[in-house]
Amino acid sequence: MIPRARTWPLGIALLLAALGALAQTESATRLDANGQLEDPTLQVRFERITKELRCLVCQNESIADSNVELASDLRRQVREMLIAGKSDDAIFKFMTDRYGEFVRFGPPLSAKTLLIWGAPFIALLLGVVIIYRVARNRSRMPLDE
Amino acid sequence: MWKFLLPFAAFVALVVLFAFGLNPNRDIHALPSPLIGKPAPEFALMDVMDASKVVSNATLKGQVYVLNVWGTWCFACRQEHEALLEIARQHVVPIIGLDYMDEREKAKQWLTQLGNPYNAVAFDTDGRTAIDWGVYGAPETYLVDTKGRVIFKFITPMTADVWQHEFLPRIAAARRDGA
Repeated sequence: MIPRARTWPLGIALLLAALGALAQTESATRLDANGQLEDPTLQVRFERITKELRCLVCQNESIADSNVELASDLRRQVREMLIAGKSDDAIFKFMTDRYGEFVRFGPPLSAKTLLIWGAPFIALLLGVVIIYRVARNRSRMPLDE
Repeated sequence: MWKFLLPFAAFVALVVLFAFGLNPNRDIHALPSPLIGKPAPEFALMDVMDASKVVSNATLKGQVYVLNVWGTWCFACRQEHEALLEIARQHVVPIIGLDYMDEREKAKQWLTQLGNPYNAVAFDTDGRTAIDWGVYGAPETYLVDTKGRVIFKFITPMTADVWQHEFLPRIAAARRDGA
């Protein structure tokens, strides 16, 4: 009984290894002739994510637009992670862990970026205050001299 | 009172902002590496000089070492080469090369002709190791401490001056902490 029981984990391991190999050969074929991901939902996510990631060589271009080799390496990385079933968050985390938050065009809301995100609201509030004070002063002016 | 103070405060704020933002000594392309203080990403790659050998940083655990990212296509790497050779002659720490986006034959030829400052040179075939290290250009030079953590990253060509003032003190400090 014991030797037989022992063969079970081995059998499962072999099965998993075979499935893994299958998954790998399958993922290798998941690009169509134009180099796009065959799964259209993955392709849509791929395009959105690569537009959101900055190319660090030419810093105002996204890795979707850039022709430099690093951008193409990073596109390959995103493609592979999508095929492996990684979430958008996991892909962004992979990139920010290596390149810092600067790699994202839209910085996430955090203590450090609070001023960036808050600035428009502060400006709006300031505008409201100024308009209010100006309007109040005008209303106090005599209409006719 | 407010009428004078407010514009004056705004003026001071702008002066401070411009003093930082327009400082000509500030390299606007330099990015803080998120890797600082984190474990150095591991790699095991083909040796540029000998295809049958593997270069891995796992064997360097417990030692302070330098990782220098370069390529034969990189003009600034040619500029720093003399400085690297001189640094290698001092035998302070092992210098590991990471040959990036390159052809192995060209890299071999470069090292044979110009001299080899590296203890070992890893060949990053497909740029994956470079991505793990957050490389976005060459040359880049990293310093790893005895606990295997990245403690410093320097971009732009290495010089004797940079080595003297940026690297040597950090190496000494890392050895003090690690001992």
